[in-house]
Amino acid sequence: MPVDVSLDARPSDRVSVLRRVGQLVPLRDPFAAVGLLIYFVWILVAIFADQIATYDPTEILYGADYNLVADKGPSREYLLGTTTLGRDVFSQLVYGSRSALLVGMVAAVMVVGIGTLVGLVSGYFGGAVDSILMRLADIAFGIPFLPFVIVLAAFLEPSVWNVVLAMALVLWRDTARVIRSQVLTLRNRAFVEAARVAGSSHWRILFIHIAPNIMPLAVLYGSIAVGWAILAEASVSFLGFGDPTAVSWGFMLQDAYASQALSRSAYHWFVPPGIAIVLVVVAGFFVGRGYEELLFPKLRE
Amino acid sequence: MPGLRTVASKIGQLLFVLWAVATILFLMFRLMPGSPMAAFIDPTFTEEQQQALMRQFGLDRPLWEQYVIFLQNLLQFELGESFFYKESVARLVLQVFPNTLILTITSLILAYAVGILLGAFIAWKRGTWLEAVSIPIVLTTRAAPEFWVGMILLAFFSFELGWFPSGGAISAGAEFEGLIGRIFTRDFLVHLFLPTLTLAVYLHGLPLLLMRSTMIEVLDEDFVTMARMQGFGEWTVVIRHAARNALLPVATAFALGIGYAVAGNVVVETVFSWPGLGRLLVKAVQSRDYPLAQGAFLLIAFVMISMNMLADLLYRLLDPRVVHAG
Repeated sequence: MPVDVSLDARPSDRVSVLRRVGQLVPLRDPFAAVGLLIYFVWILVAIFADQIATYDPTEILYGADYNLVADKGPSREYLLGTTTLGRDVFSQLVYGSRSALLVGMVAAVMVVGIGTLVGLVSGYFGGAVDSILMRLADIAFGIPFLPFVIVLAAFLEPSVWNVVLAMALVLWRDTARVIRSQVLTLRNRAFVEAARVAGSSHWRILFIHIAPNIMPLAVLYGSIAVGWAILAEASVSFLGFGDPTAVSWGFMLQDAYASQALSRSAYHWFVPPGIAIVLVVVAGFFVGRGYEELLFPKLRE
Repeated sequence: MPGLRTVASKIGQLLFVLWAVATILFLMFRLMPGSPMAAFIDPTFTEEQQQALMRQFGLDRPLWEQYVIFLQNLLQFELGESFFYKESVARLVLQVFPNTLILTITSLILAYAVGILLGAFIAWKRGTWLEAVSIPIVLTTRAAPEFWVGMILLAFFSFELGWFPSGGAISAGAEFEGLIGRIFTRDFLVHLFLPTLTLAVYLHGLPLLLMRSTMIEVLDEDFVTMARMQGFGEWTVVIRHAARNALLPVATAFALGIGYAVAGNVVVETVFSWPGLGRLLVKAVQSRDYPLAQGAFLLIAFVMISMNMLADLLYRLLDPRVVHAG
């Protein structure tokens, strides 16, 4: 299905450029609006984590009787109870938003940045450049992502950035292929031809005339990549290959699993971090869906 | 039908990608910090064992010679000796591979059966409240970390209600005859249930959404309108005429799904202590068992790459509109 985001205007028009920027925030779609709202709330939580959290997330808490406050259920004092090591679950949840959003955003920007660049260059120049880049994409498609992160973790120091590195090395493939096929259809359009005749350089055509047209597609992949990154980071932390000093939702779940919270029915401990992950990831899907409907209007009818 | 040339070029591509991934892995394991000797020879091995391994992998030779030996060994499926189990890596990975395959295939079949039916139904009920409610729910199941869904199911069905065992593939002391004999025991199926359900919760979203969008397209096509005009009942039109044609992309996704699920099973296998390839990889990396980690990774990559190729061929086979080129 040809994806045409410039149906109603000549892409070189100033008005259409503005309109295209407007399309980057598809607020008219209820899904996208909800997704953006969830993002907004989580960003606020991450920024004001110090104020919202009731305790230091890594502090080991002792009660008035000098006993460890371990495995407590939710109460007014400890909103979501405490962990086996006497840490406050609610505060960990609040602070976890920081690493999740950081990893998600950085990874998404890297994945989509690399993917878009490869797709643009590959589709526009074609020939040997295209062949080499697409063979590289084939290889990237042959690398199982989660096992790759785990093996990488075996060699590198435990850190949340391992996931970002692995994503940047492997997951650009999807964006690159889609953007490339899109560039192939744009390359021979009249407005590109016109720019060429007018003497624009290749790079100018690529970044001034073609790139704006594939922006919504890049943002679509970016919004989904945020979710992948957060899920991947959580999985890696859960498996014990994350940074043991960083408070993240994946680490909380690993802690709960290893401390036998499951057999003690400590739902207050291991349910909230999962809900937090679901909310952030699904927000990306919702925003992505907004773009999908924008890009593939047939789905909406 | 994809021509012989297409198949040949696809197999060429498969071999190329396999070679490239194996090479990347070789370089990772030899060039990463720490000496290659340390990565492949455990200090607890005896002097003779060490010498034998050094010779077998050519660890005393220059890097390019090691690489040639690595590729030769790979062709013979000779993956070295595990540090931890003191056994052949090839034997270890092949031993647990059936478990991963069974878990993957059962959960995919369940996920696709449910996903296809619900997807067709939602496409049919397009524009109603049912669609408005179900799409966000489906997206949510795809956003939920598999291991977290597994943890909740485990806490509730296994620890709270005691309906299912909390992990593993067979009860301690259970006896069985051969692989097939084991699969069809009640004990094995009871162990299989929760991990399968966990994976299916995640996996059913893709076929559902895919089925829905292709159904929406197909329902608009002329032959469906024809069938309606011929007076067939609405359900007959949806199932017999539309759904059959909407299944093509879903079939391709299924083949792709096998590869990606084998790679993605790692966390679910760990949550349920399922003795599969993914859990073996995690344990190998945790205990710095490099040969085992490398072997498990290579087998997972092999399955994924072959399934990618199969999906590609299937797509060409099922949809004649795809141009038979490269």
